[in-house]
Amino acid sequence: MAYVVIDESKCKSCYLCVEACPKGLIKKSNRTGMTSNFTVEFSDEKGECIGCKCCALSCPDLAITEVYK
Amino acid sequence: MVKTLITGNKAIAQAAFDAGCDCYFSYPITPQTAIGEYLSEIMPKAGRAYVCAESEIASINMCIGAASTGAKAMTSSSSCAVALMQEGLSYATGDQLPIVLISVMRAGPGLGYIYPSQCDYNQAVTGGGNGDYQIPVLAPSTVQECIDLTHRAFYLAQKYRNPVIVLSDGLLGQMMEPAEFIKHPFPEIDNSDWILSGAKGREPRKIRSLEINEQKHNQNLQHLFDKYEQMKREEVLFEEINTEDADVILVAFGTMGRNIKAAMNLGRKQGVKIGIFRPITLFPFPEKRLFELADKTKKFIVAEMNMGQMVKDVKIAINGKAEVKHIGRPAGEWLDETEILDEVKSLIGECHAASV
Amino acid sequence: MQQVFKIPDCIKKDAKFTFCPGCDHGVALRLLGDAIDELGVREDTIAALCVGCSVFLYDFFDIDCLECPHGRATAEATGIKRARPDKFVFTYQGDGDFAAIGFAESMYTATRGEKVTSICINNTTYGMTGGQMGPTTILGQVTTTTPYGRSAELNGYPLKIAEHIALCDGTAFSARVSLDSVPNILKAKQAIKKACEVQVKGLGFGFVEILSGCPTNWKMTPQEAHKHIKEKMIPVFPLGVFKDVTAG
Repeated sequence: MAYVVIDESKCKSCYLCVEACPKGLIKKSNRTGMTSNFTVEFSDEKGECIGCKCCALSCPDLAITEVYK
Repeated sequence: MVKTLITGNKAIAQAAFDAGCDCYFSYPITPQTAIGEYLSEIMPKAGRAYVCAESEIASINMCIGAASTGAKAMTSSSSCAVALMQEGLSYATGDQLPIVLISVMRAGPGLGYIYPSQCDYNQAVTGGGNGDYQIPVLAPSTVQECIDLTHRAFYLAQKYRNPVIVLSDGLLGQMMEPAEFIKHPFPEIDNSDWILSGAKGREPRKIRSLEINEQKHNQNLQHLFDKYEQMKREEVLFEEINTEDADVILVAFGTMGRNIKAAMNLGRKQGVKIGIFRPITLFPFPEKRLFELADKTKKFIVAEMNMGQMVKDVKIAINGKAEVKHIGRPAGEWLDETEILDEVKSLIGECHAASV
Repeated sequence: MQQVFKIPDCIKKDAKFTFCPGCDHGVALRLLGDAIDELGVREDTIAALCVGCSVFLYDFFDIDCLECPHGRATAEATGIKRARPDKFVFTYQGDGDFAAIGFAESMYTATRGEKVTSICINNTTYGMTGGQMGPTTILGQVTTTTPYGRSAELNGYPLKIAEHIALCDGTAFSARVSLDSVPNILKAKQAIKKACEVQVKGLGFGFVEILSGCPTNWKMTPQEAHKHIKEKMIPVFPLGVFKDVTAG
């Protein structure tokens, strides 16, 4: 089951990854980050992640650190 | 001891090569183009870097790049084009990079003309770049000194991790004199602890002048100025002749140093007690010795091919203990020994007239 | 299970990019890091950095770096490479740095065929200083120095950087890419690697112009900025490879 590792301490809440994910598995969390906006989290209860790494490719802040497939 | 009859420009070029110049970046401007032309033949043959740069802005910046790797980098230029290099020189001092700049003065301001001149003393010594910095300036007066001081420039640049300027002029650059070429007489300086060489097996290095923390910035500046204080203690060079009993001391740098010697010799034959003082390092300026000389001699004439530049530093050094006068024309029409002697006599005469 | 994405090794483990949220500098630098890793040149790399938002690149990468005056990085890169031809040398510059104040140095580094690589981030503005008109500001674009929109009559036309570089005989590779979408990011990754490869192979100057967003100065969200690149910038600055000496 593919998955994504996110380092929320680096997330600046640009949400480019949210848009990039074809399965909608990156969502706003309820935690705020360095910009005082909500950081993102990987939420994949149904195991739908295909490991396409579109999220990681889109992230400008090294916040998505690993993707496994 | 074999001497070669050679121009000042070519002598500098050969001396730079002999001092181990690895990289030379050229751009033509009269009256120093011969330096680049000379090196264009010998540098590539020796496998050393030679680039015809697109501008003097490019050439000084290429020097910065090369120097950051530990290479002995040099460029040469004149006056209005050295003006373009002021940014690069400021960066190089802040980055602490060893670069040799040969500045061969012509008349100015602006395009001026190609007459010999000494109107870039301020440009070299005070500098036109931004910030607090200093650059050692060496002023040769003969073709032999062109050779000796070019070697010294490369050594000082490496020793202090700072740009160094050799300040010549169109007269010295183009005149021919017999001179002896020497092997580089200074020790090589180990630079392995700071040069950029690729971060293999060590922490990466950064060379920069930007510092966003003001305390660190001020510490960096203090380090630079500690270096300049060391230069003042250890690197001052000057020549003085017949100053022990002089009623008037003539002060000049570079080619005008030759004229004041001639005036002294002429004057002494006529019983006029003239001495000469010739700063060879314009920075660090020989202020201590001038201050001492002003204990006994109360009249100084500063003869320069400009409207009055080194005279300011002479006045500061003498600090009011003696009278200091400037004489000079800024372009080509240098004062010869009879004109200088007339000025000396006139000054002494004024003194006599005043005391009557 | 296989790891299919990681942060490049040449980027410092504790690196935190200092760019604005959604700024494409972060993506461009990561792609550059990938290229350095894949070519195995980190230990031989000396970078010539520019003045602008990316001036702190030395805090992000585990490589030797030289800070350069505004616009002069390609001249420094020339000096570095001529002194140390065995090193991997790159410049990373904004559009103002590369194509306005530095354009002479950039063009001559290309036309001399210096074996260095330059990355130019084109976000049509001087970002660090708050969004002034730059060489690639498009007609009609409002900036702090073109408050009524760039007009051809008053301010001239935007510069097509990658095309100019491609015209230089010393250029081995020149391309324009964009970071506005994942497919374009993947193409950008390939182009950046190619621009580095031509240096390693000793073929000449390698160059990539990267269309990037500047959400803060454009006063847009990162998403709007990418839409702006797609709809307004790409028609003016078409994507593509303009020169590739390795292509058959």
